[in-house]
Amino acid sequence: MSKRRIPSRVFTVLVYLFLYAPIALLIIFSFNSGRSNRVWEGFSLQWYLEFFQDTRLLGALRTTLILSVLAAVIATLLGTAAAIGFYSMRRRSRGVCLAVNNIPLTNADIITGVSMMLLFVFAIGLFNASPISQALGLRWRMGFGTLLIAHITFDAPYVILSVMPKLRQLDPNIYEAAQDLGASGLYAFRRVILPEILPGVLNGMIIAFTMSIDDFVISYFTKGSGVTTLAVEIYTMVKKPVTPEINALSTLMFVCVFALLLVVNVRQARQETASEKRKAALMPDAQS
Amino acid sequence: MRNRSLAIPYVVWMAVFVIAPLLLIVVYAFTAKDGGVTLSNFSNMGQYFPAFRHSFVLAVTATVICILIGYPLAYFLSKEGVLVRKVAMMLIMLPMWMNFLLRTYAWMSLLDDNGLINQFLSGIGFFRLINTLFGTDLTCFHMINTQGAIVLGMVYNFLPFMIMPIFSVIDKIDPKVIEAAQDLGANSAMVFRKVIFPLSLPGVLSGVTMVFIPSVSTFALSRLLGGGKTLLLGDLIEMQFLGNAYNPHLGSAIALVMMVIVLVCMAVMNRFGEGEEGVAVL
Amino acid sequence: MSKELIRLSDCVMRFDEDVILDHINLYINDKEFLTLLGPSGCGKTTMLRIIGGFQKPTSGDVFFDGARINDVPPHKRKVNTVFQKYALFTHMNIFENVAFGLRIAKTPEDELRRRVEEALTLVNLAGYGKRSVNSLSGGQQQRVAIARAIVNRPQVLLLDEPLGALDLKLRKDMQIELKRIQQQVGITFIYVTHDQEEALTMSDTIVVMNQGKIQQIGTPEDIYNEPKNAFVADFIGESNIIDGVMHEDYVVGMYGRRFQCLDKGFAPGEPVDVVIRPEDIDIVPEAQGQLTGTVTEVTFKGVHYDTIVDFRGFKWLIQTTDYSEVGSRIGVKIDPDGFHIMKKSPYSGMFGDYSSYSAEYDELNEGPDEGEDEDAE
Repeated sequence: MSKRRIPSRVFTVLVYLFLYAPIALLIIFSFNSGRSNRVWEGFSLQWYLEFFQDTRLLGALRTTLILSVLAAVIATLLGTAAAIGFYSMRRRSRGVCLAVNNIPLTNADIITGVSMMLLFVFAIGLFNASPISQALGLRWRMGFGTLLIAHITFDAPYVILSVMPKLRQLDPNIYEAAQDLGASGLYAFRRVILPEILPGVLNGMIIAFTMSIDDFVISYFTKGSGVTTLAVEIYTMVKKPVTPEINALSTLMFVCVFALLLVVNVRQARQETASEKRKAALMPDAQS
Repeated sequence: MRNRSLAIPYVVWMAVFVIAPLLLIVVYAFTAKDGGVTLSNFSNMGQYFPAFRHSFVLAVTATVICILIGYPLAYFLSKEGVLVRKVAMMLIMLPMWMNFLLRTYAWMSLLDDNGLINQFLSGIGFFRLINTLFGTDLTCFHMINTQGAIVLGMVYNFLPFMIMPIFSVIDKIDPKVIEAAQDLGANSAMVFRKVIFPLSLPGVLSGVTMVFIPSVSTFALSRLLGGGKTLLLGDLIEMQFLGNAYNPHLGSAIALVMMVIVLVCMAVMNRFGEGEEGVAVL
Repeated sequence: MSKELIRLSDCVMRFDEDVILDHINLYINDKEFLTLLGPSGCGKTTMLRIIGGFQKPTSGDVFFDGARINDVPPHKRKVNTVFQKYALFTHMNIFENVAFGLRIAKTPEDELRRRVEEALTLVNLAGYGKRSVNSLSGGQQQRVAIARAIVNRPQVLLLDEPLGALDLKLRKDMQIELKRIQQQVGITFIYVTHDQEEALTMSDTIVVMNQGKIQQIGTPEDIYNEPKNAFVADFIGESNIIDGVMHEDYVVGMYGRRFQCLDKGFAPGEPVDVVIRPEDIDIVPEAQGQLTGTVTEVTFKGVHYDTIVDFRGFKWLIQTTDYSEVGSRIGVKIDPDGFHIMKKSPYSGMFGDYSSYSAEYDELNEGPDEGEDEDAE
């Protein structure tokens, strides 16, 4: 048995090598004192120093973080409410809503990006030509606002997909049980429903946040000219042949992602053991 | 708790920011710059046929390679113990969460004529061996700025999207089903062919969707790894909206055609694999 | 007896075109154990939910202690519910689950502790307060659900098939336990079940329902001994139901013969349904029988044999300790108190023939009763 597994193990290791070799290269050369990604010239932290002094890059990072947090929080509020709403719907209308909800997930990013850009250009043009704009002396333009709208739009579906299963797992009577015991609707939601679905809500928010951080294509089309995000900034940088700061940035990002993923996985593992415990506890008098 | 009105804000949001933009694409595709209804955006599309062809050929190639690598890997991993499976899946997801531009950037320097791959090959005397054997005069493999490099970039960036759905489907197959097949006299090859493979098809289908769609619509990869020599659909669309060729009407028409072709492909594919479970996300 | 506590007056419940409750009139006395019994989809759970305040009747009124409560929300009713699948709050420990209602009522901390402990003691879970819900077995979770409801000292406790998820032995223990708790706290229990044996064991009053209508209200003995129609006779226990004619008071005719019975008050010559319980029939040698038939099937059931006998094409179930050979001719003897005469009803002819008898007949009454009100808004 174990001998027969050797080829499959070799194959597996090769795939992982393929996945991680480029990342390892970035990390190693982030400590290179030379500019090149090809020749090792000695250890140095200068690219990290340069990265932390690059105001443009840091500015983009700040914008991205603010944007991602805002988008994730708003998408979580919007999406959790929507998930409860969908859950309450009859099967047909719920199906339609979930299908539309899936559009940003399945559609190519570039289509989502350009279609929203069209809408923004169209709406802004309409507004700026309107008497309201002239009366207020206000002119709209693409920028942080449009970026935020776009991010909320593609974040919210992830929140909904993460909350819906938790709602389905709920004992259908649990809300009624709370009311039966004297809780008002709001109290029952806060004390009973919310704690039960909270893991799904938090996971949804984390996924939304990482999606926002990671997004390049949609931001690229909806950001306008005033602001820039980290991903867009990276794009302009990697188009140049040699940019060693990118190595430092990649290493930092990798560490952050690794830490985040670790947190998420530990959380999930805890939830799973909890639910397994529950199953085990229920086994003795489960009807076979 | 049962409160449908809670969905209203988001339903409105979707109508304005999901449905309306897609309708605008359709409107733009069928109008000209002066606002009149026209089909010229489509009739002029013939000149962009190479972009369509390249995009679809490269995306199909990348998708097939992803299946060839991803399926066996997912299958092998599913046979490992719980802990190995968990860690392995986490390691598959990890690169995915790092911006794809950074990962692509790494390949740019790896594939270079003076890059580490070529350095390594000449270091072990590979080129000398080839040159003496075939009388050639090779100093490096030219890899960057080719279509092959673009396909490699697609495979590298989107491979996790193939592995994960396949793995999660195989992982969920009830071991009793496999035992039942063995009990009925199937050997391990037959168990795979008759039980595991058919049951894992829905995972393959989601994987294909998740690899093919971003591949066929990518625009940065061709510029970074293909040196801008191969014009892909994504680049073409981008040029119409943000580039010098600014023409959102033509861009919308191209986007619309691409969307329709993709939808038709997916519909045909789902027909083949009855019982598709919907696109698994993450 | 005790005073009336709840009254449903001409209650109708309709979902779209489906009539779930069809002009229900029912009053429930204080401190009684009342069971709503019927097959799945008969409307019993809907009735319970109307009393609990989770649903409003399409028309008709609900009175509690003389006051109309149609529009009183559940959290303002002096009624608590034990739900089918417990509906415990898994993010709280046992103590907090039980204390939930008291905390909302802002009960002082020391009184709250005392009452929670009392309630847990009542359901034999003293000292379990710190445990998590997930660490309990199904039976224990059920007890927590009861304690959580009872601790609020409601006037009425509603129980929606609370034992449905437990296995048979545990269910029997809990039946006795529930009866004990009801007598100890001295409040009204309204209990929903599709299990006739459960209903017979625990109830003071049974309300038999089918298709949104009340079929019969009475004590367990009444319901069993004097079923009002073929549905009730068949649903409660086993019954042979035969077409007959009432010749005069105390004399019923079937199979062309006259039998002595204890029933009267029918018009002479009125067609009736004759109910004969399987255990009221004695098997005797063919010559001594009031009727003769052929044994077609015998199943050993432990305390007795289930014997299926063909009487001119109509098959009876006889439960007896005497063994008869399959194929043998036998006679039967029925005492006058073994006959129960019912007026003809829409259910006549639908039940009581054991031609399609299967040894698992008990199971037929125990189909799953879930989802009867699913998708109801």
